[in-house]
Amino acid sequence: MMEKRQIYLDHGASTPLDEAVMAAMQPYWAEVYGNPGSAHGYGRSANHALETARRTVADLLHAQPDEVAFTGCGSESDNLALRGVMWAARRDGGRNDRGGNHLITSAIEHSAVLGTAVQLRDLFGFDLTILPVDEYGRVRPADVAAAIRPDTVLISIMAANNEIGTVQPIAEIGAIARERGVFFHTDAIQLAASVQWDMSAMPIDLLSIAPHKFYGPKGVGIFYARQDVPLVSALTGGGQENGRRAGTVNVPFAVGAAEALRLAMVNLPQHIAHYQALRDRLIDGILAQFPNDAVLTGHPTERLPHNASFAFRNLNANDLLMHLDMAGIAASSGSACKTGNPKPSAVLQAIGLGDEWNRSGLRLTVGKQNTLADIDYALETLASIVPKLYKLQAVSR
Amino acid sequence: MTLIDSQTLVKNRVVVAMSGGVDSSVSAALLVEQGYEVIGMMMRLWSEPTVGGAPFVNRCCTPDQMADARRVADQLGIPFYALDVKEQFRQTIVDFFIAEHEQGRTPNPCIECNRKIRFTYLLNQALALDAQYLATGHYAQVVGDEDGRFHLYKGRDDHKDQSYVLHVLRQEHLDHVLFPVGGYTKSEVRDLARKFNLPVASKGDSQDLCFLGDGDYRRFLREYSSKASNPGPILTLDGEELGRHDGLPFYTIGQRKGLGISTPQPVYVLRKDVTQNALVVGTREQLGQRTLAVRDVNWVSGNSPASTFPAQVKIRYKAEGAEARVEVDGNGRVQVQFQEPVFGVTAGQGAVFYNGDECLGGGIIADT
Repeated sequence: MMEKRQIYLDHGASTPLDEAVMAAMQPYWAEVYGNPGSAHGYGRSANHALETARRTVADLLHAQPDEVAFTGCGSESDNLALRGVMWAARRDGGRNDRGGNHLITSAIEHSAVLGTAVQLRDLFGFDLTILPVDEYGRVRPADVAAAIRPDTVLISIMAANNEIGTVQPIAEIGAIARERGVFFHTDAIQLAASVQWDMSAMPIDLLSIAPHKFYGPKGVGIFYARQDVPLVSALTGGGQENGRRAGTVNVPFAVGAAEALRLAMVNLPQHIAHYQALRDRLIDGILAQFPNDAVLTGHPTERLPHNASFAFRNLNANDLLMHLDMAGIAASSGSACKTGNPKPSAVLQAIGLGDEWNRSGLRLTVGKQNTLADIDYALETLASIVPKLYKLQAVSR
Repeated sequence: MTLIDSQTLVKNRVVVAMSGGVDSSVSAALLVEQGYEVIGMMMRLWSEPTVGGAPFVNRCCTPDQMADARRVADQLGIPFYALDVKEQFRQTIVDFFIAEHEQGRTPNPCIECNRKIRFTYLLNQALALDAQYLATGHYAQVVGDEDGRFHLYKGRDDHKDQSYVLHVLRQEHLDHVLFPVGGYTKSEVRDLARKFNLPVASKGDSQDLCFLGDGDYRRFLREYSSKASNPGPILTLDGEELGRHDGLPFYTIGQRKGLGISTPQPVYVLRKDVTQNALVVGTREQLGQRTLAVRDVNWVSGNSPASTFPAQVKIRYKAEGAEARVEVDGNGRVQVQFQEPVFGVTAGQGAVFYNGDECLGGGIIADT
C-alpha cells in the first residue's frame, strides 16, 4: 500500500466550511441570539442580521428580498417548490382557470425532486410526466415543449446533475415554460456556485440552493420564488419567511448561507479555472489509464466544472469506493450505498448504460483546496486498485 | 478456492467479518484491543425477496443487523464496509441448496458458504485490501507448530464448536485466518461484550439457512423448486409400498413422525431413492449404519495423516464424534468404518474427522 494520504474528492457531497463564513456566523450564537420575530431590541438585532443576509442573497441573485427564503436544506427547498406550487394550484383551482393538475420533471432529478413529484402523483392525485434524457443526460427542450398540457402547472428540471455533472439547457427550457405560461423550477444545488445568477432576466420562477455545497454551513437552504408564484407553505406555523416557511429562522445559518454565496460569486472565475484544470486532468488521466474499462459519464463539455464522473465496466462501485477509502481518497457514486445493497444507478440507466456499466459509477468532485498532486495521487491509486479489482473478480468467478 | 497473491500485505491489518452479532462484535473488539488495524466488513447476502407478501431480507444481514454492526464499528473507531455478495450467494449457495435437495441430498449451506464465499471471496477482499488476516466470529482455534504448519482445533466451548463447518480450510487459508473468540466460551464472550460495552451483548445466536424468510426450508423448496413437489411411493427395503410421499426434499433421514402412514412398529426414513423417486423406510435398527463413503475430501494439513487411521467422525454439525477408522483410497475418496452403528447418515451433509480436539479435515457424505 502506498503512503497514506487523505484526499477529499467528494465536494459534490459537501464541502468544508470556509473560515470567513464561520467568522461571519460567529456573533449569532451567543451575542446576537434573539428571535428575529420578537419586537424587542434583541429581536431587532437578530432580524437585522437576517434581513441583511436576505438582501445579500437577493442582490447576488438579482432578485427582490421578499423572493428569498431560508429553509432547512436544499432538499427542503426542492420539496417546497414542488409541493408549494402544486398545492397552490389545487387550492386555487388551477392556474389561469385551466384546472392545473400536471407537473413535468425528468428521470435524472435528485430524489428530493423526483421523490416529491412521485409523492404528489401517488398520494395527492396529480399527473406527472417524467421526461427521458439523451446519452449525456440532457433533457431535450423539444420534449419539454411536447409534454406541456393545458393543465400543466410546473416544470422542474435540475440545473446540473449531481451524479454525472451534465448541465441542463435551463435557459431554453425556462423560455419555453414562460412562453406557455407554466412555472419553471430548477434545482441548482450542484450548479449554484458555478454560474452568475440574474433572476431579473433568467426565465426561472423557483430556484433551490444548498450553501454547504460551496463552503457554507449544512442545515440551511436558500429558496427563491418569484413574487407572482402562488405558494402554499409546506411547513405551517408562525408565518415566517413571508408565509413560505414557518419556524424560527436560523439566523447564524442564514448569515453563513449569504456569506458563502457572496464568496462563491466573488471567487467564481478563479474557482472555475482551478476546478476545470483538476477535473480535466482527472478525466484525461482516467480515460488514458483505462481506455477499455472506463467511460466518461455525462456531457464532455457541458458539465459542472468540478465534476469528473465515470463508469467502469463490470465493477461494483461499493468495492471501488472501499478501496479508495482505504487509500485515503473520499469519492462517491450514485449507485453505491453504505448498506452494501447497490442498485443500478437510475441516472446511468437513464443515459442508456447497460448492466455492464450501471453499478459502477464513480464520481470525483474537486474543490478549492485540491491540488494537481492530489489528482496525480488519485490517478496512481486508481491505477493500482482497478486492476486489483478485476483480478479479484477473475478469481471469484 | 483460489486466493490472490499479494506481496504488499500489512502485518497487523485485519478484516473482521461482522454480522452485528455478539461473536463477531467481540472478535472485532478483541482485535482492536490487541493493537491490530481493524477493518469491519459485512456481506450483504441473498435472501427471498418476500415471504407471504412481506418484504424480507437475509436474517444474517437485515438492516437491523447492519445497523448493529455499524454501531459496533463506530464505537470501536474502525471503518466499516458492506459488500454486495447477493449474486454470488444466490448462484453458489441458494441454487446449490435447491439442486442438492432435488438430487435427494441434504446440503449444509454453511460449509459451502465457507468454502466458496467467506474464505474465498471475502478472504480475497481482505487480501486485496492488503490485510494479513480475515477474522470471523467462529468458535474454532488455529495453532501454528514449530514447522510452520497450522492446525485447526475445536473451539474451547464444546457446545459452540464450529470446526465442523470449517473443515474446508487448508494451510493457505489458515495462514490468513483469525478466530478471536475460539478460545472463549459463549458466556465468556457475552461477558466480554458487556466489558467492551458493546450494544449486542444480549443478542441471540444467528441461524442456519439465513436466506430463508421464515426458517421453513420445506416451504422454500415448494416455492423455489419446480421439482420438489413430486409425489412418489414410500417403500420398505423389500419394496413394499406403505404409502405416498409429497416429494423427497420434504423429508429428512431418520424422520419418524409426519410420514402419513400407520405401521405396527415405528418406521424411520432410511434414504431417498431418486431414480425411483421413492422414500425408503425401515426400522430403527435398519437406520443404523457402520460405514459411509465421503467425497470432496479436504485435509487441513494438505494430506491425509495416513492411508488408514483412527478418528472421531461427526456426521452432522450437532452430532457427537463417533469412533471410527478412516480409510483413504487413491482417488480422494474416503471410507469410514464406525465402531458402533451411527444413525441418520445423510447424503450431502459433511463428515468431519477429528483426532481429539483437532479437526483433520472432512468431506461430503456420498450418496448410498
